Amino acid sequence: MGELLVKEKEIVVPGEELAKGMSYLPGQGCYRKDDEVLSSKLGLVNVDGRAIKIIPLTGTYNPKRNDVIIGNVIDVSLYGWRIHTNSAYSAMLSAKDATNEFIEKGADLTQYINLGEYVAAKIIKVTSQKLIDLTMKGPGLRKLAGGRIIHVNNNKVPRIIGKQGSMISMIKDATGARIIVGQNGVAWIQGDPEGELIAINAIRMIEEQSHISGLTDRVKEYLDKACKGRPKRAREEREDDNNHQGEQNE
Amino acid sequence: MIITIKVSKMSDFKRPDGRKNDELRPMEAKAGIIKRADGSAMFKVGNTVAYAAVYGPRELYPKFLQNPGHGILRCNYNMMPFSGSGERIRPGGNRRSKEISMVTEKALSPVLDLSEYPNAVVDVYIELPQTDAGSRCAGICAASIALADAGLPMKDLVAAISVGNLNGNLVVDLDKEEEDIEGEVADIPIAVVPSTGEITLLQMDGIVLKDELKKALEMGIKSCRKITEIQRKALKDKYKVDAKSEGE
Repeated sequence: MGELLVKEKEIVVPGEELAKGMSYLPGQGCYRKDDEVLSSKLGLVNVDGRAIKIIPLTGTYNPKRNDVIIGNVIDVSLYGWRIHTNSAYSAMLSAKDATNEFIEKGADLTQYINLGEYVAAKIIKVTSQKLIDLTMKGPGLRKLAGGRIIHVNNNKVPRIIGKQGSMISMIKDATGARIIVGQNGVAWIQGDPEGELIAINAIRMIEEQSHISGLTDRVKEYLDKACKGRPKRAREEREDDNNHQGEQNE
Repeated sequence: MIITIKVSKMSDFKRPDGRKNDELRPMEAKAGIIKRADGSAMFKVGNTVAYAAVYGPRELYPKFLQNPGHGILRCNYNMMPFSGSGERIRPGGNRRSKEISMVTEKALSPVLDLSEYPNAVVDVYIELPQTDAGSRCAGICAASIALADAGLPMKDLVAAISVGNLNGNLVVDLDKEEEDIEGEVADIPIAVVPSTGEITLLQMDGIVLKDELKKALEMGIKSCRKITEIQRKALKDKYKVDAKSEGE
């Protein structure tokens, strides 16, 4: 009979024994050696029935299909744009997937999206050689004008967004800022200067404390305190932003 | 030439700093100390201090170095000019550092799984601001914590230690004074994967008998298990501190 050697949500390191016996199965971030299950990543233990998996706490972004990411344009070619994805691999945004407008053959693509600009785009394909294709057709996907870009730990993005987008909506409601958090750990924030700062602080707080329970209450407390005396802002034109992000959360 | 071998008996042998033969120097490890790196660690063994910073997986250029099958590991070992006990040495790479960078790579790559990262590179920079022998071992220990801190998939943490033979006395974790003892001295740095007992680094400088070598390796593997505990604790402490400061 199998025996679990660690507790749920415990922090484990590579090479640590998680369970003995064949009745437990190694999931993501684990491997089997003889009749033991060992960890192969630094992270939190998650036991789901017989399967054990590790939720990573660190690590660079690994591109996945259907992820919404925020990227920087690093090159403009004849047919599209090359986008830096904050991972080891850059992505291709084809002109045909970028806009519904008709783009004439040989047109200067920089008049649509220029070098150095940021876009919110969705990954439609990742090959085994990590060639990535992006699209900008979809709700909330667009060129990002104005606002500011911050980098966050990409492993904490699901925590920043929260269940069904609850956490991010809370920050947006409190600060009046528009926020898009890309799965690759790049976030775009636009609002009045003070609101932007409060939103950044809240996001940093989530990043640091996400593995400690009671996070939502602490963030709420912080936001209430920080936003005291600020005029309440109406929720304007944010229907297109992050409302669909809840679905991406696991 | 005749080599006279002086063998002092085990019983009246004493290590210069008074340690027991299988006693390690005081060790200290810390994870996540370099903020802008993807993973980082400090590892201290007595007076030897190693810092390791991991960057990546990231794009690898020039392109001909890329491997479409799996990502590659690139280590860089560097002793700072003022780090030794002697004079200031010429800064930058030399033949010795190039070799140690290479053996560090080979010591770490058996546990690291980079098959998910084709064409990419993981860079490990090991810097030694202060050294007192055992620097490649300290470097490997620090690098393996830093790789785990960078969230890379690896089978185990690699631990490394030097074992040696001081005129017929087997000891672990030699310091510079012991390395320089007159007579028949062997300095054998080893790196071990503790869960399997596999040896991923084995070098030797000096003279040792076959039986002594076997015994020394056993002592080294045992010491490496102790080091792994320190490494694991360093990684876990990084997240514990957060919990404490939150409770206040």
